[in-house]
Amino acid sequence: MGIFERFKQGLKKSRGALFGRLGHLFSSNRLDDSVYEEMEEAFLAADMGMETSLQVVERVRRLARENKIQQPSELPPLMAQALTEALEKVDPTPSVAADGPTLVLVVGVNGAGKTTSIGKLAHYYKSQGKKVLLAAGDTFRAAATEQLVAWGERVGCDVVRHVAGADPAAVVYDAIQAAKSRKVDFILCDTAGRLQNKDHLMKELAKIYKVASRELPGSPHEVLLVLDGTTGQNAISQAKVFREVVQVSGIVLTKLDGTAKGGVVLPIVQELGIPVKWVGLGESKEDLQPFSARAFAESLCEEE
Amino acid sequence: MFEALSSSLQKALSKLRSKGKLTEEDVALAMREVRLALLAADVNVKVIKQFVDRVRERAVGVDVQNSLTPGQQVVKIVYEELTELMGGEQAKIKMAAKPPTVIMLVGLQGAGKTTTIAKLALSFKQHEHRPLLIAADVYRPAAIQQLEVLGTQIDVPVFQLGQSQLPKEIVRQGLRAAQAQGADIVLVDTAGRLHIDEDLMKELEDIQSLAEPDEVLLVVDAMTGQDAVHVAETFHQRLSLTGVILTKLDGDARGGAALTIRSATGCPIKYVGLGEKIEPLQPFHPDRMASRILGMGDVLSLIERA
Ligand SMILES: Nc1nc2c(ncn2[C@@H]2O[C@H](COP(=O)(O)OP(=O)(O)OP(=O)(O)O)[C@@H](O)[C@H]2O)c(=O)[nH]1
Ligand SMILES: Nc1nc2c(ncn2[C@@H]2O[C@H](COP(=O)(O)OP(=O)(O)OP(=O)(O)O)[C@@H](O)[C@H]2O)c(=O)[nH]1
Ligand SMILES: [Mg+2]
Ligand SMILES: [Mg+2]
Repeated sequence: MGIFERFKQGLKKSRGALFGRLGHLFSSNRLDDSVYEEMEEAFLAADMGMETSLQVVERVRRLARENKIQQPSELPPLMAQALTEALEKVDPTPSVAADGPTLVLVVGVNGAGKTTSIGKLAHYYKSQGKKVLLAAGDTFRAAATEQLVAWGERVGCDVVRHVAGADPAAVVYDAIQAAKSRKVDFILCDTAGRLQNKDHLMKELAKIYKVASRELPGSPHEVLLVLDGTTGQNAISQAKVFREVVQVSGIVLTKLDGTAKGGVVLPIVQELGIPVKWVGLGESKEDLQPFSARAFAESLCEEE
Repeated sequence: MFEALSSSLQKALSKLRSKGKLTEEDVALAMREVRLALLAADVNVKVIKQFVDRVRERAVGVDVQNSLTPGQQVVKIVYEELTELMGGEQAKIKMAAKPPTVIMLVGLQGAGKTTTIAKLALSFKQHEHRPLLIAADVYRPAAIQQLEVLGTQIDVPVFQLGQSQLPKEIVRQGLRAAQAQGADIVLVDTAGRLHIDEDLMKELEDIQSLAEPDEVLLVVDAMTGQDAVHVAETFHQRLSLTGVILTKLDGDARGGAALTIRSATGCPIKYVGLGEKIEPLQPFHPDRMASRILGMGDVLSLIERA
């Protein structure tokens, strides 16, 4: 099964057929303004926000004119096209180090799915024959380290850990030294959840970043911001602030196996140019997929 | 001065000139901006529609108070309606006539259930209760340890049977342990689950019919977007929720999910979570939430003074 199919199947778990149902999206069978209003509402209901929703609706109108479309039922493929175009502006390819270990720093607000995504990412790289080391950089939340260690056992890789309350930058420091001596391909660093308006916690993150780039020049090669797919417009502010502090290079969009559509990544891609690189589709180790703009776009224009 | 709703609304409102009674045009113009503000706050689109209709109806023809501009008058009405919609009955935890009072927390993954349980337990403990926590999340790695660490922090016992027993069985034995230990409040930590996960929703129903909890509280992340309506409706249908706890309000999310959930379920929002530290939960203030959703703290104090 190709990536596209697997992604779609992951989404399908909860959502039923994709394109099959699109024809029923609109209540009118004439292509009038009410159809475009309904389209706007569907985009808003997918968390795309007002500005982006209007932009995409305009793009669909243009495409409909150009393609001489007459029927609302012919619109969904154009909607998917407009959304795909918007999402393909940025490159979703994961970044890796030219040589030596690739350090991936995983950041985000509380409960977004950072630790779980690290577990799944570790599984993904391990199944490609890579050697993976995990760094338990969340020394704050109760049993956060134990959670990562459980993931390490589940997917079979080592975890560098300190005691609760230790300096997270020191954990990352140790992980880098360990990776150098053990010839590791990927170091995946977990961090504590933090809301972007907490200055002192954002400073702590900046320090982790600094230690990584000092101890392993060129790193972090990837800074993944984990966004909960259920999140609304606040995700835009998360992306802005985290990017300022740690140069976010990609997004992991989690919990798309639910009914939330995660459309807030559209304004993030549009305004900030940060690509979505991975999507989370469940809680087991296989439930992480590389991002596919087309599959995601199609799931966005699906009926509720 | 004003935030979010701020400049655009202010601009629109300053165009409203009519004195005397609010005209349809006044109200329509203002409501367009209010709709935008509610959307930016993540209130569900359908809920916004109902809300705007209701406010429009009430506002047209209202006398403009001398001290207010027509624009301020509309905002005042919007604010009052929002506050009323989210308010209502005083939302305390219902205590069982015959202890122990059983409280079950449910919700999506990562919403803040486990943390909130510890906060609730701490509040009860400070009021001379003897809570017991039951660790019924057998799925999330280290969920039980998390609850145990928190229990130790606040010096409240945790009942657990590891990850290999069924949650229902853990609750059954936990309730027995509560009786034996003389605990007067039992808090059940359930695993996070999707509202569309049939097996896991069934599991909650099973626990509910066994434990007959006095409270079933839905824990919701304040950052939740449009989907809050599906989540709240489904949990409510399956479990007849008795209340909602809104977490992570220490962030800068506007928290429109509060309005969505309230309209979708009619359940009161009982408490809010304001941080990761285990501190007693804070009561929910509908009026503060209303100004937060509208993003207009200051305009309100102006109106209130008028
Ligand atoms: N359904 C679903 N659940 C997920 C997904 N990713 C993570 N979760 C669940 O979400 C919850 C929170 O995940 P964590 O990985 O602990 O989140 P985190 O960002 O590390 O949380 P903190 O460290 O507390 O900030 C857990 O119950 C996970 O199992 C996903 O893609 N789908
Ligand atoms: N800032 C902030 N963080 C919170 C709040 N409540 C919970 N958290 C954090 O949110 C994350 C998830 O909290 P948990 O209590 O583990 O959530 P949960 O619902 O039990 O998660 P699962 O069991 O995986 O479904 C943790 O990092 C908590 O510290 C809050 O009110 N404010
Ligand atoms: Mg974590
Ligand atoms: Mg939990």
